[in-house]
Amino acid sequence: MALIEASGLGLDFPYYHLGARSLKKRLLGNARLHTDLSNRVVVSALRDLTFTIRDGERVALVGPNGAGKTTLLRMLAGVYEPVRGRLTVAGAVGAMIDVSAGLDAESTGRQNVRLRCLYRGMGDAETEALTAEVEEFADLGEFLDVPIRTYSAGMGVRLAFAMATAMQPEVLLMDEWFLAGDASFLAKAEERLTRLVAGADIMVVATHDVAVVRRWCTRAIRMEGGVIIDDGTVEQVLGPAAA
Amino acid sequence: MLEPRPAASALYQVDAANPQRRERAIADVAMGLRRWRLAAALAWLDIRNRYRGSVLGPFWLTLSTGVMLLGIGITYSTLFKLSLVEYLPHLAVSLVVWNFISQMVTEATTSFVQSEAIIRQMPLPYTIHALRCMLRNLLIGAHNLPLILLVFVACGTYPGWEVLLAIPGLMLIALNGFALALLLGMVCARFRDIGPIVGSVMQLFFFLTPIIWKPQLLGEWAVLLPFNPFYVILETVRGPLIEGGGTLIAWLAALFYTSVNVVVAAVFLVRFRSRVAFWV
Repeated sequence: MALIEASGLGLDFPYYHLGARSLKKRLLGNARLHTDLSNRVVVSALRDLTFTIRDGERVALVGPNGAGKTTLLRMLAGVYEPVRGRLTVAGAVGAMIDVSAGLDAESTGRQNVRLRCLYRGMGDAETEALTAEVEEFADLGEFLDVPIRTYSAGMGVRLAFAMATAMQPEVLLMDEWFLAGDASFLAKAEERLTRLVAGADIMVVATHDVAVVRRWCTRAIRMEGGVIIDDGTVEQVLGPAAA
Repeated sequence: MLEPRPAASALYQVDAANPQRRERAIADVAMGLRRWRLAAALAWLDIRNRYRGSVLGPFWLTLSTGVMLLGIGITYSTLFKLSLVEYLPHLAVSLVVWNFISQMVTEATTSFVQSEAIIRQMPLPYTIHALRCMLRNLLIGAHNLPLILLVFVACGTYPGWEVLLAIPGLMLIALNGFALALLLGMVCARFRDIGPIVGSVMQLFFFLTPIIWKPQLLGEWAVLLPFNPFYVILETVRGPLIEGGGTLIAWLAALFYTSVNVVVAAVFLVRFRSRVAFWV
C-alpha cells in the first residue's frame, strides 16, 4: 500500500549569500519574500500544502515556473525536510528529477552503472542484474566500456534513461522531461515508461505539458506561488479536453 | 526486464513539529557507515579524476614531499647544528604526518559544498560525504608513507615493537578527520569565509607545531605544547615511530581533543543536519 500524506507542509528557502543590504530591501517588495526571525531573506517556496495521494493515483503538478513543483518533488523524495507541517510517504520511492546527478564523466558507462547501484545501496547480485538490464536496453555496444565524457548527447540520454528506469518503484516521482514526447526518444523508451508508470502504485509528475497530463494522469494539482490553488480530476483543473 | 519490486516497502515520515533530530542524525551516521562502499568508491573516483592523465599521479605528492624533506633537512640540520642522521627521521615523520593532517583539515571545509549536486538530487546520509572526504585523504596520505621507510633505512633508525602504537595514532587522526569533515563541512557550507581562514590557521600551525624544529628546543616552554592540539595528535604517531612511544600526556591530550571534536561535530549534526541541503 503506497500513500503520500501531507498536512500543512511548508518550506522556506533561505537566500544565504545575498549580502548587500540595498539588494535585500529591493527584493523584500515581493510578496513571497520576507525576513525570518534571524533577519535572513527567505522565499516561501511551499506554503501550507495539504493533500493525500492514495494507491492508484497518477497526479500531475501543474503551474507556472517557480510555482514550487520541483521543490515539492524533492521534498517528497526526502532531499529537503519540511520546516512546517507533516509528511508521510509510504512505499519505495523512485525519484527521476535530475538523472544526470551522480554521473561521473571520466568513468565508463559500465562503471557508472555500478556507481548508480552503490548510490542506491544495492548488493552485488542486484548490481549484476541491473548492469545486464541497462546493457540490453541502452544498446550502446562497445561504448558501454568507454568514458561517458566521449558520449554523444543521445547516447548519454540513453544511458541515463536506462539506469533511471531499470527499477520499479512503488512511488514514482518525475520531473517533466521524462514524459515529454521528445522525438529523440525511441518507441522502446515509450513502452518502457508506460510499463513503469503502470507498475507504480503512485505517480507524481511535475509538468507544463497539457498533453502529458491528459494522457497519463488521473488527478491534477495546480500550484502557484508555493500554494495549491486547485486540486481535482484533470477535467476539473484543466477544463474539458478540446475536441 | 524490469526487476520485481522489493517486498518490504519503505516508510518516510517527517513532522516539523516533532523533528526527531537526534534519531535522524543517529540514523544518518549508522546508514552512512553501513554504506562505506559508496564512500570508498567516490573517494577512489576523486583521486582518479584529480590525477587523470598524469604519469606519476598521486606520487607527485610523494616526490614533492621528498624534495621538501631533502631541502629542509639539509638546511635546518645545519642551522640547528644537528647531524642529518639525527634530524632527518624526525623531520620525515613530522612532515609526512603533518601533510596528512593538514590536507585532512583543509579538505574538510569543502566536504559538503563539493557534493552539492548530489545533495540536492538524492536523499543520501550526509555521513557519506564526510566519509568520502576522509577516505580520500587517507588514500592520498598513504602515498607518502614509503618516504618514512626510505629515511629510516637510510639513517639506520629501527624502532621496536612500540611502532605498533602508531596505528591507534593514525586511527585517531582518521576519526578527527571524519568528525571535522562533518563539522567544518557544515560550517563552511553556511559561512563561505571560514574556508580561507582555516587555510591560514593551518599555515600558522605549521610553524607553531614542532615539525621543522624539535620540541626539546623550546626548553622549559615545552610544557605549553600540549595546548596545541596538532602537536599532541602528531605526537601519537611520531612518538611510536621515533621516540619509543609518545608521552602519556600527549596521548591523554590527544584523546581529549578528539572527544571534544567528536562531541561538537555530533551536536552540530543533530542540530543542523536538515539545513545542509539549503546551505550547499
